[in-house]
Amino acid sequence: MIDGEVLTIGPGDLIPHVLQIKHDGYRLIQICATTVKDGYELTYSFGRDNEMAHLRLQVGPYAQVMSISNIYEPAFLYENEITDLFGVPIQLISPDYKGKLYRIEQQTPFK
Amino acid sequence: MATRSVVPFGPQHPVLPEPIHLDLVLEDEKVVEAVPSIGFVHRGLEKLVEKKDFHEYVYVAERICGICSFMHGMGYCEAVERIMKVEVPERASYLRTIWCEMSRIHSHLLWLGLLADAFGFESLFMQSWRLREKILDMFEVSTGGRVIFSVNKIGGVRKDMDGEMLKSFLALFDEMEKELRILSKTFLNDYAVNSRLRDVGFLTKEQAHDFGTVGPFMRASGIARDTRKLGYAAYPDLDFEPITSEVGDCYARTDVRIREIFQSFDLIRQAAGKIPGGEIAVPVKGFPDGEHFMRVEQPRGEAVYYVKANGTKFLDRMRVRTPTFANLPGMLETLKGCQLADVPILILTIDPCISCTER
Repeated sequence: MIDGEVLTIGPGDLIPHVLQIKHDGYRLIQICATTVKDGYELTYSFGRDNEMAHLRLQVGPYAQVMSISNIYEPAFLYENEITDLFGVPIQLISPDYKGKLYRIEQQTPFK
Repeated sequence: MATRSVVPFGPQHPVLPEPIHLDLVLEDEKVVEAVPSIGFVHRGLEKLVEKKDFHEYVYVAERICGICSFMHGMGYCEAVERIMKVEVPERASYLRTIWCEMSRIHSHLLWLGLLADAFGFESLFMQSWRLREKILDMFEVSTGGRVIFSVNKIGGVRKDMDGEMLKSFLALFDEMEKELRILSKTFLNDYAVNSRLRDVGFLTKEQAHDFGTVGPFMRASGIARDTRKLGYAAYPDLDFEPITSEVGDCYARTDVRIREIFQSFDLIRQAAGKIPGGEIAVPVKGFPDGEHFMRVEQPRGEAVYYVKANGTKFLDRMRVRTPTFANLPGMLETLKGCQLADVPILILTIDPCISCTER
């Protein structure tokens, strides 16, 4: 029921998988956070031609996730957005807006 | 030694109809870096899935943007329909395709006017928008409003276009096409326009890929990818190829968009010639359960609708990755090395829609 395969991985496997995907010629399509019962679900979507593939991480409410912005530069926007709206602590985003990408009154409104 | 300074650009600026802010780091008049700030009007529409049931949410999705309102509604509906395995009637798929292409013509003409306004060619701006008025009139005749709202629903569409209406629209498109041919000569051949657009804001094919760009911004750099080729609505029945340019500058982006308007006229003619009779919607029972990523080619490029449902009337998540959000990193790259005076034109040539970005 999903456009492309979803591969569920652990947080420690994120960087090696993303490096492999980059090496295989995929572009970054989007990163999406969803609030789930025990924390968050992060889905990284990549595309090559018309093909789409996804990596999925299940993380706890305080788990730290590594940024992929040093591998895919455009990731910084998605990661800053997720930090602002969901409060997921993502490490080493480049550039890191420190929760100020969106000028919103309520902190982490999607948490 | 060059003097370094930081010039704030926006959120209020004559070329920006909507607010975005850039800190432009300059060496004399040359931009060396641009740091964006968004979120001045963030609305949190995605959060509303918790308060609106999945049928009602169509009205929210349509309000993400006033230009692509029809496509936002359709993208959301198609995502839910695929989760629920709803077969939309063929006529509804054709009607959706026709309104999508009319929205593309409307959006590109609007953009051409804004571009002309940005480089100070007021009569060209007015001529572009005069032409656009005809599309808005057709929206009004076919849907009841100059912005398309409440036409899409899960399971099909609410409005129909009969044979007479389609015939009158096709005659109007013939007139519009003639007028656009005259206008496009000025956009593409005029010396003053060329001097502002050519050799400005280059983005190579490799950069367009690496920065994840989409739509005409990407295709103007030589990547022949168009989400309509994925085969949603009636596009699998229509004959077309992605329009590209190999140059990758502001002129190429203008050229691609103008040719896309002509392509949209052709797609509408094809769809009008093939549209079958029958129902325009099917009843939808039950609640969605599952998830889907739906991709739609909007005027500004690929939009991604992620819907996650849990078998109740409220969805777990609805996310839209809008084309402007995807094009921002590519835009920042093109700004590097350009002259300060070219910044407004360069920003405009990605056709930014901040309303979509601030969904």
